[in-house]
Parts: sequence; structure tokens; C-alpha cells
Amino acid sequence: MTELRPAIEVHDLRKSFDEIEAVRGVSFEVAAGEVFGFLGPNGAGKTTTINMLCTLAKPTGGSALVAGHDVVRERDDVRRHIGLVFQDPTLDGYLTAEQNLRLHAELYGVDSALVPGRMRQVLDMVGLWERRDATVMTFSGGMRRRLEIARGFLHSPRVLFLDEPTIGLDPQTRSSIWRYIAQLQEREEITIFMTTHYMDEAEFCDRIAIMDQGQIVALDTPEALKAQVGADRVRIQTEDDDAAIAALAARFDIEATVSEGAVTFLVPAGEEFVPRLFAELGIPIVSVSVSRPTLDDVFMAHTGTTIRDAEESGNKHANRVMMQMMSGSRR
Amino acid sequence: MSATEQVVAPAGAGAPEVIRVRVPPRSWRSELRAMRIVWRREIIRFRSDRIRIVTALIQPLLFLFVLGSGLQQLSGASTHGVDLKTFIYPGILCLAVMFTAMFSAASIVWDREFGFLREMMVAPIRRSSIVIGKCLGGATVASLQGVILLCLAWAVDVPYSVTLILGILGLQLLLAFSITAFGVMVAVRIKQMQAFMGVMQMIVMPMFFISGALFPVASLPAWLAVLNRLDPLTYAVDPMRRLVFNHLDISDSARQALDPGVTWWGWRVPTLLEVAVVLALGLLMLGIAIWEFNATE
Repeated sequence: MTELRPAIEVHDLRKSFDEIEAVRGVSFEVAAGEVFGFLGPNGAGKTTTINMLCTLAKPTGGSALVAGHDVVRERDDVRRHIGLVFQDPTLDGYLTAEQNLRLHAELYGVDSALVPGRMRQVLDMVGLWERRDATVMTFSGGMRRRLEIARGFLHSPRVLFLDEPTIGLDPQTRSSIWRYIAQLQEREEITIFMTTHYMDEAEFCDRIAIMDQGQIVALDTPEALKAQVGADRVRIQTEDDDAAIAALAARFDIEATVSEGAVTFLVPAGEEFVPRLFAELGIPIVSVSVSRPTLDDVFMAHTGTTIRDAEESGNKHANRVMMQMMSGSRR
Repeated sequence: MSATEQVVAPAGAGAPEVIRVRVPPRSWRSELRAMRIVWRREIIRFRSDRIRIVTALIQPLLFLFVLGSGLQQLSGASTHGVDLKTFIYPGILCLAVMFTAMFSAASIVWDREFGFLREMMVAPIRRSSIVIGKCLGGATVASLQGVILLCLAWAVDVPYSVTLILGILGLQLLLAFSITAFGVMVAVRIKQMQAFMGVMQMIVMPMFFISGALFPVASLPAWLAVLNRLDPLTYAVDPMRRLVFNHLDISDSARQALDPGVTWWGWRVPTLLEVAVVLALGLLMLGIAIWEFNATE
């Protein structure tokens, strides 16, 4: 990498839809060649942020440079250097895989002489070369996503944006998509910016920003984030959850919550804590599990809820934002 | 997934040099390329959509042969020996083009619904290139449809000639372009397919009936005459009829009665001006469509 500038520089970026502030001043940098993940529940402002970086939405405040170009003032220069894979499909189902890619190459003005070779390369990489003449309508969801990824980097972008690239796919297809992304980063020296709300997938990233309610609440490598938590997660099922929470607070000074049907709390050394728990809690315990910190715990440590719970309560907010966006775009 | 892995493994191992391409800065050449591919997409999709080709033909054929033959019984005396089918043929040539152009414009609504519009919107090109490519594509596709109707000229006693065919094609292309531009203008605002088709039907059908496609435009009741002169389609149907009638061997009185020409306060509007009106309106709507498209986020 000859490039010294960060691939993405964001400073105090904001976006409001009428009275709702979807993104509330985020700042970060992504180094060239990095795989950078945006993690957070639905409605946290991830997609809005990505849309601003891709020049699809105008920020209402702050600034962002992508591949060295300002997303507002140098929109076309940004677009030349980025590839996009959206959450929702954007392929023409009536055209073949090859026609879709050729159309993309034409729209981006790629040198015609290089198109056939490049096309073969990207299709080979996602394992769709044999299916190039089939219409996209006949493709499965996983194949379509692979084709979208192939199309996203067809024009050799400096930064590839992937908005929830594995959403709605089965675990096997998800892992194969991750393999392509890893390969891509290695072979094409590309910077990858992605959003996800799958905790396990965030571990593939070099660095992660955790987003909640329009703000970045934590930003570091997955290992560092987990180390920060420095505690194990203990989940217990009891006969009386409310009494157990009260007892935990009174006897151990531990703040516990009910999440996903179990009383959950964090303690420094989980395994050594369990015998004490049984001896002193005074409320019958049905089952116990202790786990090492995961990104889920990181998320919980920073936001006070698990991502799934946040999603449920966040849905209302997300719906409101969506309604605003829709009514906004109609004007 | 084993199939996938087999394909992926060799690509990773003995991988050839990565082919690097670059996206050039925006220029008029890249805009032209973008326009051309948007245009080509319309044609590729039209070719693969046989059902659409057939369904778009049904309505014009109904008008031409069913209405034309049926009403012939009543109107025999007043058409001066000219078959009613021959008389309404120019109007039907316009109708066929209108329907196809409308469907072409509707594809913008589909494209939005199925997400493909986004792929075009994020490309490093002007939005105007997308709109112009779309309108030219719609015009081309509609004219192709018009050619099918053109082939039926013999069935309504219109003789073929090179000037007639070229003239009709030219007028159809112009009309189709204007209608597509109009449709795209509407499609930018209306995001549901049903609503879009409803609005288009609501506007296009009255336009067709008022235009004089089915009756001569002289000595109409005053209210209808006013509406007729305001209807843009009038200025496409009238030149089309003149063109067809120029190639017919009919009496002067029949010509006078059936092809009186459009007048403004008694002044006969020249054919060239009529064509200019259609073109100007088409360009105006194209301009509005581009402006609206630019304004959407």
C-alpha cells in the first residue's frame, strides 16, 4: 500500500430526519486495507451512516472523506472509488449474471478491453463463472448476494461498502461470503467497511465500532474490546427471577438483568463465583452457565442491553426513522 | 457448499495476476456510454418479454378491427367511400406507441421496487444520462412495437411506400419519446405500480379519445374543439393522418371531410409546427423529469 491517507475520515457526522436525529455526531478513521465493522442493533444509525459515506444521503452536519474525497463536494470522485453492496438486492433479475456485470462496467466507464478478463476473475472468485449465462431470477438468495459482491468490486474500488452482507442467509452461505471477503481484502488490497448485527461476524473485522442510538459507544479491535469487559458472563435460571436480582444486589452488590429468559450478570472470575452463588444466594437455582466475554458482552457493557433486546426496543425508533425517511423522500 | 469450495480453491491457489481496472473521471464520453447501456437494457428486456409485446398489441387491434369494422355499418355514408379502418389507422398507429411507451416508463417504478434503480443512481454518472437513456430506450422499443402495426397497413388498404414508412417511423419515434418522458416524469413522483398505471390510464385514455384519433377534428362542438386543441396528442395524430392520406387515392371531398387539419382560430396549423409542438413538449417533460430525478435523494 503506497497510500498513507486513511481510506475513510469522518468528523462529527450527523443526519436528522425532521425532528429525529438518526446519526448524532460520529467521528472515526479507517486505515487503508483495513476491514472495519459497524456493529449495532437495527435502527442504531448504521445504514444511515453508510448511506452518507456512499453519497446516497446528504449529511446534515459534520464532514466525511472517502478515498480522499469529500462526500458532499466531490460526490462523483467518491463514487468512482467505492463499491457498494446493499442490504436489499439491486440486481436486474431479467438479465443474466454476465449482463448485470457488463451493465455495471459500462455505467462505471471501465475500459472495454479489460472487462472480459476482469469479469471472469470476479465471477471465478465468487464461484459463479459457470452460471454466468443464467438469468439472475433463477438464482438463490446466496448466489445473488455473491453476484452483488462480485459486481461491487468489479471496477476495482478502493473502498468496498457492505451493508449487512450476510443478512438473511443460511450459516453455510454466510461463512462462504466471509471467505470471499477475506480473499478480496488479501488479493485486491481493498478497504472494507461493513455493517452487521451478527456478533459472531464482527470478530472477522480488524476493528469494530459499536453503534447505539446514533452514536459510537466503543471503537477498538475485537480483542481489545473483549479485554475491556474483563469479566465473565453468568446466566442463571431461578424459580424467582425478581427475588434473585434483588438478592444479587443485596448480597454481592451485582447488577443483574433478565435477558433472553435468564438472569444475566458479569463477574470477574465466573467459575470461582459459582460455588459462592449457590451457597449464599438463598434462592433455588435451576441452571447455571458461565461464558467468556464475547462481543455481545462488549455490547452489553457499553449499552446495558443485549443486541437482541436492543433490537426489539429499537424497532419502534427504527420504524419512526423509516417513516420519516419515506415521507421525506416523497417531498 | 462443496461445489462452491471446489471453484474457489484453485482461484486462491494458482491465482493469476489480479486485473486492475480504473474508473475514469466523468466525461461526456462516459455519459454517452452510460446512456447507451441504459438504452440497450430497455431493448434487451423488451426482446425477452414476449407477453408484453402481445398484450400491448391487443388494445390497438381491438380498436382498429372491431371498432373499425363494427362502426363501418353506421358511418358508411359519411366517410365518402373511405373505409373507417383506414381512417382510424393513423390514430391507432399512435395508440400502439403510446401503450408501449407507457410500459417503458413504468419500468422505472419496477426498477425502484426491485432495487435496480439504486444501482444506476450510485454510479458516477449524471442522473440526466439515466433519464435520457431511459426515454430513448422507451422510444425505440415503442417504435419497434409500432413496426408490427405498420406491417398491417395492407389490411386497411394503405399502400406501402418508402416515404410513408420512414415518415410513420419518425413520427412514432417522436411521439414515443414524448410519452416516455411524460411517463418518467410521473414515475419519479409515484412510487407504487398500481397508482402509476392508474394515473397513466386516467391521463392517456382521455388524451387518446380527445385527440381526433377516431374522428375528424373539424366542426366539433365548441367545448370539444377547445379540449381537442389543448390535447398534445392532437398534434401527433394530425400529421400522422396527413402522412397516411397523402398516400391514399381518394376523392378531394373525402380528403376535405376526413383530413381537415387542425386550426387555431381559423388558421391552419402547419405540419412542421405540429411536430415542433410534440417535440417541445417532450423536451420540456424530459427536462422536468431530470430536474425531479436530481432532487430525489
